[in-house]
Amino acid sequence: MLEAHIIKTLPGGFRLDGRLSTGKGRVTALFGPSGAGKSTLASCIAGLIRPDEGRIELDGETLFGNGIDVAPHHRRIGYVFQEPRLFPHLSVTANLLYGLKRTPEAQRRVAFDQVVRMLDIERLLARRPLSLSGGEKSRVAFGRAVLSSPRLLIFDEPLASLDGARKAEMLPFIERLRDELAIPMIYVSHAVEEILRLADDVAVMASGRITQTGPAVEILNSADFVHAGDGDAGSVIEATLSRPDAGDGLSELRSGAGVLYVPRLPLAEGAVVRLRIRARDIALSRTRPTGISVLNILPARVVAISDGPAASADVVLDAGSTLRARITRRSIRELGLTPGTDVFALIKSVAIDRGTGG
Amino acid sequence: MEIFALSALEREALMLSLRVALWCVAISLPFGILTAWVLARCDFPGKAFLDGLVHLPLVLPPVVVGYALLVLFGQQGFVGRWLATSFGLEIAFTWKGAVIASAVMAFPLMVRAIRLSIEAVDTGLEAAARTLGAGPFGIVFSVTLPLAWPGILTGMVLAFARSLGEFGATITFVSNIPGETRTLPLALYGLTQVPGSEGAATRLVIISTLLAFVALIASEIMARRIRKRLAA
Repeated sequence: MLEAHIIKTLPGGFRLDGRLSTGKGRVTALFGPSGAGKSTLASCIAGLIRPDEGRIELDGETLFGNGIDVAPHHRRIGYVFQEPRLFPHLSVTANLLYGLKRTPEAQRRVAFDQVVRMLDIERLLARRPLSLSGGEKSRVAFGRAVLSSPRLLIFDEPLASLDGARKAEMLPFIERLRDELAIPMIYVSHAVEEILRLADDVAVMASGRITQTGPAVEILNSADFVHAGDGDAGSVIEATLSRPDAGDGLSELRSGAGVLYVPRLPLAEGAVVRLRIRARDIALSRTRPTGISVLNILPARVVAISDGPAASADVVLDAGSTLRARITRRSIRELGLTPGTDVFALIKSVAIDRGTGG
Repeated sequence: MEIFALSALEREALMLSLRVALWCVAISLPFGILTAWVLARCDFPGKAFLDGLVHLPLVLPPVVVGYALLVLFGQQGFVGRWLATSFGLEIAFTWKGAVIASAVMAFPLMVRAIRLSIEAVDTGLEAAARTLGAGPFGIVFSVTLPLAWPGILTGMVLAFARSLGEFGATITFVSNIPGETRTLPLALYGLTQVPGSEGAATRLVIISTLLAFVALIASEIMARRIRKRLAA
């Protein structure tokens, strides 16, 4: 359990004043746009940047404050950086063992073989970091941090240096670390998809302050969050897998918003999954459309309308649970939408987080 | 093959030069690395002064350095007297003095090369090492110095070569004593003062040139090997 209050003014004049506590959840996401101060806050917690004032407590031990300032190498906080930062002069094995060797035997809780297996890096062990691909480097960096048996593991936008496809490939590895090792994690990111899949709790950060904290589903659906994650607004709902095989390679899910069909999920009936529907993937219609390829059409009622970026507007819908649609302001006018209007929400695609919620 | 055999004077000067140059590198290396690391990684008041002090031998006339060493390390100088009474060490007018003279003259070159290579080491790697439990010393020996190794090697070779060529400070500090302080450049200087020694002088010129060249090529080969290992 981490309790931190950090005040720091950076040379450019940027002021950070953030309170962050991790709850019982395994993964706390630190979410916010670039420049919000997420990495600075994370670096202060790890001891890489010295706060001007504040207090950092981990598992009841004061790491900073009251005249105490524990050196970073004594904090036992693991850190995965935006770049892999592997030591180029050491083999993959020596990189992995770097932290392990420096951890007293009594505090070692993570086994080398277990981590190598989880991250699927066995065939890389004899190689040098420079000969590895981006994804391979990231996995070795994860393993190196985990093998120092940290009390808290900070992932500071660990996928930032990878392209889209590689990012998606890395998420299962982080999920595996989260599920198989009992290490509390702080996951810094501005990517909603990553947070959706990984986080139990979310702290939202903007302009050097933590503006909101709470359970992931709650925060991901709150209005503030929608604005914080501007380009990628959406809604998150939890659903139960009612029919794993609903024919034609589809699975049927029941949610508060109604029945949804998604590509076949490799899960058992009754599994709970977290779904994210991006606002721009929802179209609205006044009448129930027919002769249309969209599978998921949910009746809903307009709750609120607000202006979005450029020519768009955000429509908050009540479909049993809250949905958000982003359509043009012209469409709002032409459809005559006002709060209370009954509409049909046409959902073009659904992102599914298989890992959490079970 | 008479021509390839070294004369007694040549052999004596060559071996003395090598001995002085190797000792010069050996004793200045720890100080050179420490100074380079401080200049590359630390920020403190007086850093510009330290930087200037280190570079001073580069811009001072060598005879000034030699005379200053004589004042400090001579039998009446306070360092010289202390070394003589505490350790029985005679510095002035011995080959040890030649080592000190060339170490001082070569120091800026060594520090500069090492400092540049330490500055080129990504501080992000050092930060990563800290989060993995390495203390300040551990980081220097496990990350910074191994990655700066090509630059350290360059600094060592530069100091070695500079020592082989050292003349002004040496002759001022320890004079030109056959078998004790008469290194290759001093022997060459001696020969140029004697009419009819052009042939012998030319041989010394060739020996000096070959020696410097071999040192440079050896360092280039080593540096290439290290770089390949870091990149493999």
